[in-house]
Amino acid sequence: MNDAFGRPQSMVVLAGTSEIARAVVRRTVADRCRTVVLAGRNPTTLAEAAAEAVAAGADDVPTLLFDAGDPTGARDAVDRCFAAAGGEVDVVLVAVGELGDQSVDETDPERTAAMLTVNFTWPAAAMVAAAARLRTQGHGRLVVLSSVAGVRVRRANFVYGSSKAGLDAFSVGLGEALRGSGAGVMVVRPGFVRTKMTLGRPEAPFATTADVVAEAITDGLASGAEVVWAPGALRWVFAVLKNLPATIWRRLPG
Amino acid sequence: MGDGWLLAGWGRTSPSWARVVTPADPAELSVELSGGEGGEKGAGTIARGLGRSYGDAAQCAGGTVIDVGRLSDIGPIDPESGLVTVGGGTSIQHLLERSLPEGWFVPVTPGTRLVSIGGAIAADVHGKNHHRDGSFCGHVTSLTLNTPSGVLSTGPELDPELFWATAGGMGLTGVVTDATVRMKPVETNRVVVDTERFTDLDGVMAAMEESDSGYQYSVAWVDAAAGRGRAGRSVLTRGDHAAVSDLPKAHRDRPLEAPHPARVRVRRTAPSGLLNAFTVSAFNAAWYSRAPRRRSGELQTITAFFHPLDGIDGWNLLYGRRGFLQYQFAVGPDRADVVHQAVRLLSDSGTPSFLAVLKRFGSGNPGPLSFPIEGWTLALDLPLGPPQLARITDQLDEMVAQAGGRVYLAKDARLRPELLEVMYPRLSELQEVRRRIDPSGILCSDLSRRLGMDGARMAG
Repeated sequence: MNDAFGRPQSMVVLAGTSEIARAVVRRTVADRCRTVVLAGRNPTTLAEAAAEAVAAGADDVPTLLFDAGDPTGARDAVDRCFAAAGGEVDVVLVAVGELGDQSVDETDPERTAAMLTVNFTWPAAAMVAAAARLRTQGHGRLVVLSSVAGVRVRRANFVYGSSKAGLDAFSVGLGEALRGSGAGVMVVRPGFVRTKMTLGRPEAPFATTADVVAEAITDGLASGAEVVWAPGALRWVFAVLKNLPATIWRRLPG
Repeated sequence: MGDGWLLAGWGRTSPSWARVVTPADPAELSVELSGGEGGEKGAGTIARGLGRSYGDAAQCAGGTVIDVGRLSDIGPIDPESGLVTVGGGTSIQHLLERSLPEGWFVPVTPGTRLVSIGGAIAADVHGKNHHRDGSFCGHVTSLTLNTPSGVLSTGPELDPELFWATAGGMGLTGVVTDATVRMKPVETNRVVVDTERFTDLDGVMAAMEESDSGYQYSVAWVDAAAGRGRAGRSVLTRGDHAAVSDLPKAHRDRPLEAPHPARVRVRRTAPSGLLNAFTVSAFNAAWYSRAPRRRSGELQTITAFFHPLDGIDGWNLLYGRRGFLQYQFAVGPDRADVVHQAVRLLSDSGTPSFLAVLKRFGSGNPGPLSFPIEGWTLALDLPLGPPQLARITDQLDEMVAQAGGRVYLAKDARLRPELLEVMYPRLSELQEVRRRIDPSGILCSDLSRRLGMDGARMAG
């Protein structure tokens, strides 16, 4: 059960090897989370992440595999995760996604479709499956990693950005649908996070780290937030950027 | 079947959804406990009275919550012994409305009249007279418990293991459908109160040790939010039921009028942050300076002395959307140092804390999960919001556990599960009773699940 501070005792992580996900798990386990289920596509890195969670104090960290390229398997992946967690889950963290390669993704229709599948279609299907579970439980939080790239989509990464925009809007809507059920959704909008995924890419202003994002997430769980930004200042930055005239927005660097 | 909705404790911190049923009589209740009419089997069932436990004790996510509100019959009060049999859903408010005019007061009352008798037993509530009279279950001579293995009668002599496991067992042994309680004879509805103000904790604690035994009721309010040097200043109020001869002449012809229900109602959640370090310490300071340095023989009403907040319906909404925690612990008589440490920790960390309540407990009773143990108890009222609060309360747990103390489960919303058995070393006695009367594990609550009290059941 989540306690008064929104601290979970059991957690499922979809894309459990993501650096942000690992940082979140380190924090929740330190805060008394004992059951952690990690799902991903690479058995080797999953085993690493699981060992890290056990070292931090988790009881037992089952890992399982899924393919985010195949949305028809999303329900099954979620079912397996819940079963591995013992049936009840306090927090489901959806960290699935990839940045892609914009120059290819915007010209190759198969790549475009694949990006939208991994970043939007699969996570949305998995969230619907998880939401049904949480609704039956009468409690639980779905935490989904969106991105500021989806708040206002830029020329430079519009394939990734639009997929996150879709996921973000979907998640907000799902959160509304879950009102009154005891379950809820928290949308996380990080800015540029220095991770393996972004290695070698030009840093954006307000660049941050996986640990800062993880802290924003556990703080958000404690306060019952529906949307969190990381770092927090981005909320105000984007309140302005969102409303800039397109002619100016287009000329901004990055 | 019935409708379901979101339920939370009085602190409003962790709401969860459950199907809610309101059985009209114990027979209807039995159907629920035998697994329901094809409802969500396996998701559990727990009773709920007036929802005054602060944490998640009377909610059961995804399962069934049995609202006992309709089990509220009050039998005749025996004029010799004061024994009365009441439904488990009867509130102390209603019982007093009936009993006071006949000259009977409840043997023990918590800080609110708006608790059900079933809840008072499940939490084994205590009041300002614990040092003399013990907790609520010490005044219960028998009760009827609706359990998954049927309707059982129990009392201190009849199946005492079941009775004492139920006393403070947080509803996990069954639903109290009725209980026989020994009431206390009183002449009036007033209390004669002596008030004394102290500049520090040492002073008030010494006064309590020295002369609590001269009063039936005793409690101190401590300011834990004041800055260094002033934290711990306290107001001690002690009293006894007034005799008719204590009343002014004008009141002597109607000495036993029952207290009124609330007159003021809070309808909306206050803005978060209304109760912050500044407003809370200002409130505490104003309250301290208003108290007399010393005053004796003041006549107070039952509401003013026992239930000061019952005049405002829904006062918990004043804590804003995020709600609040109550943190209450008990430690042995030689561990006054933990009380000092706790006050210092809150004060030094600038954690807003409303008037803390300090009380000396008399001996505990045989209930394995009954909270009171002989010594000191301190109750803290903590609005959610300060980022350090989670850490501070975890630190308090460690201090309390190391001192051999415990926290009060009726108020808990965040204890680290590993510490439950450290604080309640006789937990296994409750579990043994639960295995006997509830072999398939139907009875559980968000509290029991959060604290890992349901063993392998929930892992299925």
